[in-house]
Amino acid sequence: MATTRQDATGTTSWQDGVYEALRAGGVDLFAYVPDAGHARAIRRAHADPDVEAVVLTTEEEGVALACGAWAGGRRAALLMQSSGVGNCINMLGLVQSGRFPFLTLVTMRGEWEEFNPWQEPMGRATPAVLEAMGVTVLRATTPDEAVDLARRATAMAFEDGTPVAVLLSQQLIGRKVW
Amino acid sequence: MVQNQNMHSNGLDRRDVVRALMSDRGGLLAVTGLGSPTWDVAAAGDDDRNFYLWGAMGGAAMMGLGLALAQPDRSVCVITGDGEMLMGIGALATIGARRPVNLSVVVLDNGHYGETGMQRSHTGLGTDLCAVARACGLDWVTEATDMVGVETVRRRLHGREGCGFARIAIATGEYERILPERDGAAIKTRFRTALGL
Repeated sequence: MATTRQDATGTTSWQDGVYEALRAGGVDLFAYVPDAGHARAIRRAHADPDVEAVVLTTEEEGVALACGAWAGGRRAALLMQSSGVGNCINMLGLVQSGRFPFLTLVTMRGEWEEFNPWQEPMGRATPAVLEAMGVTVLRATTPDEAVDLARRATAMAFEDGTPVAVLLSQQLIGRKVW
Repeated sequence: MVQNQNMHSNGLDRRDVVRALMSDRGGLLAVTGLGSPTWDVAAAGDDDRNFYLWGAMGGAAMMGLGLALAQPDRSVCVITGDGEMLMGIGALATIGARRPVNLSVVVLDNGHYGETGMQRSHTGLGTDLCAVARACGLDWVTEATDMVGVETVRRRLHGREGCGFARIAIATGEYERILPERDGAAIKTRFRTALGL
């Protein structure tokens, strides 16, 4: 696990693998509220001339942005941490009502080596909240799973039209370091 | 037609405003905020290039941003109300950070929540949305209080002179509800078909 925990700002290979899986699936718009676990993808999205990266003030903006992008023919992914899932609840009604494809990658907080107990309530509720709003939940706990599920989730979202979330377990990311 | 009942401010007639904004629309794409702006845009004439929101309160401007980034060669306007804009007010900061030249956000501002019994909104209690939009760094910000001003806004929707924001002062009042298609998937599909997707 050392390679997955060495750098909370994100230089590990699974993070590259996840980003490349989304890109290979045609995702070229990344909307995000920053999280250390997404730092690598965010940096790569900003550096990629073929990709648009949009920083949000709150996560539900990304749900609406993704639906607008799809209405215009572009594939978007929302990167957030589990605390942001609660912010998205009502806006996920747009995904259901319009039967939009939807793809989000969620870094989990409050479940493993969490130093901040205030992360735990929303972390615990995250899968139930997503499922309640019609989003299929996949969970990755190992680097290989993360890359594989990112690939499959991208196809589920944009080929099958299934709203899907990939939860990236906190043990992939490790304790927050400053 | 039940029109202009209880009109009690000196703002513009919202149906006149939206009809003017949608005239000579060319290839303009429109996203409409739930409630009255959706009815107003439908009343101005149904069009496959209208994306009517019936919900997703607070999401209209962001949906417009996503659309503008996906369709950079087309002009995109968001037409929404003050309450809807206020719920997603952070979107102005997000839009200000990106500023696509083909995106304009138009707020029909009557200072009230019109669909729920005309309770006063924050814009009726002091929030200046133009000042917010300006502070968020949008390229142009304007206010229209007469139909000449509305025509200026209309031209700017097509102008690609930067990412813009317009506040149009409308009167409060009850209008006939002109209801467009309400199946979101059908709205989406016909919209995408109109774009050749």
